[in-house]
Amino acid sequence: MTVMEQRGAYRPSPPPAWQPRTDPAPLLPDAEPHRVLGTEAAAKADPALLRRLYAELVRGRRYNTQATALTKQGRLAVYPSSTGQEAGEIAAALALQEQDWLFPSYRDTLAAVARGLDPVQALTLLRGDWHTGYDPREHRVAPLSTPLATQLPHAVGLAHAARLKGDDVVALAMVGDGGTSEGDFHEALNFAAVWQAPVVFFVQNNGFAISVPLAKQTAAPSLAHKAVGYGMPGRLVDGNDAAAVHEVIGAAVSRAREGGGPTLIEAITYRIDAHTNADDATRYRGDSEVEAWRAHDPIALMEHELTERGLIDEDGIKAARDAAEAMAADLRERMNQDPVLDPMDLFAHVYAEPTPQLREQQAQLQAELHAEQEGGH
Amino acid sequence: MTTVAVKPATMAQALTRALRDAMAADPAVHVMGEDVGTLGGVFRVTDGLAKEFGEDRCTDTPLAEAGILGTAVGMAMYGLRPVVEMQFDAFAYPAFEQLVSHVSRMRNRSRGAMPLPLTIRVPYGGGIGGVEHHSDSSEAYYMATPGLHVVTPATVADAYGLLRAAIASDDPVVFLEPKRLYWSKDSWNPEHPTDVEPIGRAVVRRSGRSATLITYGPSVPVCLEAAEAAAAEGWDLEVVDLRSLVPFDDETVCASVRRTGRAVVVHESGGFGGPGGEIAARITERCFHHLEAPVLRVAGFDIPYPPPMLERHHLPGVDRILDAVARLQWEAES
Repeated sequence: MTVMEQRGAYRPSPPPAWQPRTDPAPLLPDAEPHRVLGTEAAAKADPALLRRLYAELVRGRRYNTQATALTKQGRLAVYPSSTGQEAGEIAAALALQEQDWLFPSYRDTLAAVARGLDPVQALTLLRGDWHTGYDPREHRVAPLSTPLATQLPHAVGLAHAARLKGDDVVALAMVGDGGTSEGDFHEALNFAAVWQAPVVFFVQNNGFAISVPLAKQTAAPSLAHKAVGYGMPGRLVDGNDAAAVHEVIGAAVSRAREGGGPTLIEAITYRIDAHTNADDATRYRGDSEVEAWRAHDPIALMEHELTERGLIDEDGIKAARDAAEAMAADLRERMNQDPVLDPMDLFAHVYAEPTPQLREQQAQLQAELHAEQEGGH
Repeated sequence: MTTVAVKPATMAQALTRALRDAMAADPAVHVMGEDVGTLGGVFRVTDGLAKEFGEDRCTDTPLAEAGILGTAVGMAMYGLRPVVEMQFDAFAYPAFEQLVSHVSRMRNRSRGAMPLPLTIRVPYGGGIGGVEHHSDSSEAYYMATPGLHVVTPATVADAYGLLRAAIASDDPVVFLEPKRLYWSKDSWNPEHPTDVEPIGRAVVRRSGRSATLITYGPSVPVCLEAAEAAAAEGWDLEVVDLRSLVPFDDETVCASVRRTGRAVVVHESGGFGGPGGEIAARITERCFHHLEAPVLRVAGFDIPYPPPMLERHHLPGVDRILDAVARLQWEAES
């Protein structure tokens, strides 16, 4: 008998009990991005860490300027500079332990180098002699990802697999503000939260997705607020304050390591250079905005803190700059050597064993190369 | 050794057995997808696996195909051997970016440092009365993506053997399961499963001298039926089951066509830009002087997959195959 048929006997009943599945309050980001430099919290920061961060920031900036110069000399096909974002790049990478994994986007060369990757190998993709110039397992750095946000589910899967195996591994997944609009961002955060995977999602909000400002990207209160919808904490940090980034990422990494699950962190920063050397930023933003951010420069902030507190002197600053120059000179010299290319590599790594069809094509190319050589003599 | 009676099993049962044996043999094998755990999959192919191996080894994921495949990539990067189920052919499309931009080329972009041993199971094809988005033949998309292996069984024994081979492969394999053959039965000994079949080898299902039907997956039984019917008309047709679309077995196909001199490629997928065009071109390039007639294609029409009440007009059937055989320029012989 249906409810309609037994209408006389039916008594309306309230729906079965409902309550929120998670208390949203602890997941909400603070009202202001977390800062350390220039605040009372700086006094508690480890001086050795601050000095190390400073030296790495100076080196990172020099890497950015050197790589940009190499595009002008035709030694790099393209370079997406992270000038102005060195604090986020470097402090995040340094908050990881040796066994942890980094999943960078194409703008995160500096983070990869901060993990210990050879600066030249890190530029292979952008020079164009191969796609990834390093063994990802060596420094636990996934290939630099050009398709936006697609590396985030990889980070979740890897962290999940490590946890299933009982290994102490945390994955740090980096993405920009534009990347948060991609479907893979959503799916990665959802999987991570459901699986309680040891992952930290680090969004560097540098204001622009090439030319499109954040206002055209999202109507969320902040990108960190998106965390609440997935049931994970969202955190806001001043992305130009290396000490603050290191602290916030470090806390999220520890939390993940101890089984507390994923965290979404939004760093507020600014892309000082154009999207790449091929972009013209004057078409979509004004100088005054750039100048305001130049005044909040990550290196100047750190240098000011260290100097004010007597943690560094002129010699210390000079030593950091000299080390950066030495790195740049080495980078220049090695990037000015032509890479050794073997066209046969085109077929070497498509499958474990080339298919019969690829073997035929390989033979074809070999014959073409042979003919080329013959013709050259 | 005890003798076990060879009893009929379904293709779905053979697939389940392959998954179970692979999971028992290697703790790195993980099954994941929508409804694969408690329910055992909508086609019950993963039935009992979560119970036997635990939910960490046979995992009900959130309903998001890009997320399923994307996280499986990360798991494979860490040394696991994920077997992903895409619930239906057309439900696999959200995972295409992961498939094309990462799965197919991770080995290549990392110069061989990071192979992805990953199996993607996709129930495909029509003929089961499925409503919209449940009957696509999407193999041409996969075939057009370098770095993937693409295989599809047509028999119960091959379902077991090819799935074991796919899971054992260090390359990503798109494993297309002809869903209208899930319940097909065949004499197969589940106590002593057949050997793992090598990926990349076609097989002659029926020997014949007049012409070769080249086909795969759900169209294999149709071609065998057509061959029987053709015998009554005096044509002795050979039927080649490709089993593996990538790598492609030029050797077996060409050996057959050189013997018969005539070929028809049969598949459910649309003809324009479909696998048949590639196959016909390969035959023409390699066997031109043995051909007595142009290589013909019998394919699905170039239309979005039709509603179930009209699908029989779309799917290549015995009559359409016989019509094509009749057009193979026999009069030139007399």
